[in-house]
Amino acid sequence: MTSLPPPSAKKLGLVIDLDICVGCQACAVSCKEWNTSGYSAPLTDREPYGADAHGVWLNRIHAYEVDDGDTGMTVNFPRSCLHCEEPACVTVCPTGASYKRAEDGIVLVNPDTCIGCKLCSWACPYGAREYDDDHGVMKKCTLCVDRIYNETFEEADRQPACVRACPTGARHFGDLGDPESAVSQLVQEREGVDLLPQLGYRPVNKYLPPRPRRREPAEAGAALEPVAPPPQESGVAEDRLFRWVDRLLTR
Amino acid sequence: MHPAYSIIFFTTASGAGYGLLALLCLFGALGLLPAERWLGLVGFGLAFALVTAGLLSSTFHLGHPERAWRAVTQWRSSWLSREGVMAILTYGPTGLFALAWVIAGTTGGIWALLGLLGALAAAVTVYCTAMIYASLPTIRSWHDAWVAPGYLALALAGGALLLAFLTALFGGAPALLLWLALAALVLAAIVKQGYWRSIDSAPKPLTTADATGLAAFGKVRQLDPPHSQANFVMREMGYAVARKHALKLRRIALAAGFLIPAALVLLALASGGFLAGVALFLAVLSSALGLIVERWLFFAEAQHVVTLYYGAEAA
Repeated sequence: MTSLPPPSAKKLGLVIDLDICVGCQACAVSCKEWNTSGYSAPLTDREPYGADAHGVWLNRIHAYEVDDGDTGMTVNFPRSCLHCEEPACVTVCPTGASYKRAEDGIVLVNPDTCIGCKLCSWACPYGAREYDDDHGVMKKCTLCVDRIYNETFEEADRQPACVRACPTGARHFGDLGDPESAVSQLVQEREGVDLLPQLGYRPVNKYLPPRPRRREPAEAGAALEPVAPPPQESGVAEDRLFRWVDRLLTR
Repeated sequence: MHPAYSIIFFTTASGAGYGLLALLCLFGALGLLPAERWLGLVGFGLAFALVTAGLLSSTFHLGHPERAWRAVTQWRSSWLSREGVMAILTYGPTGLFALAWVIAGTTGGIWALLGLLGALAAAVTVYCTAMIYASLPTIRSWHDAWVAPGYLALALAGGALLLAFLTALFGGAPALLLWLALAALVLAAIVKQGYWRSIDSAPKPLTTADATGLAAFGKVRQLDPPHSQANFVMREMGYAVARKHALKLRRIALAAGFLIPAALVLLALASGGFLAGVALFLAVLSSALGLIVERWLFFAEAQHVVTLYYGAEAA
């Protein structure tokens, strides 16, 4: 049924800290590794060793440059399904393959009933859904539904693969429907934001903005000094020749 | 948006097919066309062939065409599902009406009611097709008030032109039908112009800063894409036609789709007889070409919001 269930009290999702993500791709690789043999198996690749290697990834890491009018800032930006509260990707689905779970709000695709019409990917503003050419169905982040409830795992491993893999602790998993949960507290404390709130999809996942950058050089107080003296001009013929060539080329 | 040829063929063929089906039913039910066997056979035959070929072609772009039957189940929420349901339901009354026309040679009484119902069902099906696009807030130029009127007007124009041509083949097109075709072509041209004007003047309020939640920090631009090669999202949603080409193609669509057919319909009105048949045949050909260009542009000019993550500055 692609009509949405009544809003669940439990809203499982991710909180991603853009302040400390270093763009190492560990979460993306870990996601691919887990999901290529998990719920969405296989996450196929086309021409993996060819010139046009491409395939299905449920988590992709972009890098953006922010012009803040000062020194600028590089922000690494992991992007995956936000498990929206108003997921149009679900309601447009003609077959009922796409659904939002009533118990915890996870948005999933049933690979046995998906007809591969791709309409859900058109309805998603976040580019979270990727079509698998080989399998003929749509794939997306499952929030590692096959890990988080898996009782054969140690308690610490019952987390999405991306969260478990992050070496800097930039990814957090939890119940964003519970205002007392650690993730909700973090969002409140760091003023976490929704992506594209204008479109009204009401994403569950939140992004924590970068903390303000320090402006002054660290405690040393003084400006940095050059460690080596600037090169002297020797006045020999080659140097004059090179300077002339340099001027010619820069013209 | 990537223009998939199967979808372009589906929406243009089934649009004209439903237009023809609706007008055959309407004119037949109102007694404006004689229940002449060969006109009925060829007319309904062509309409059902266009509609069915379109529907079949739309399943070609599916990953699992053998599961297509599942698409009729979610009509409560999905316009695509509603379109599937309406497409199937439309066969009922229109099919019965066609049988009454061709076999019994009657289109009056209870059959007329079926005909009117069939015409309505065909129109609703086209509306559902349009709403698949118009209901997506992720694509500004589809989420536009002109889209549904555009699909309906183009289906009406295509259908009226086809019916005018067919009646010309079977003993002369009624003047009323030619005037209707002319009016529908002019209406479609106006609606299409309105659409283009609307999407050209609509603001692009969203930026990469909104997409990344970094608007408070300043202007944001892409530094590195996630992977070296284009992925599904970039191929499917990142397709864009150059503005210069789009303007040229709009002129082609306008001329071939509406202006040339309208002139040919006028010629048919003035001349009548054999020349009218030839003029209407050429009008049908020209309009088919124009419709295909128009539908290709409908996709190629549409920008998806997700492009903000992949280097587009505004959407």
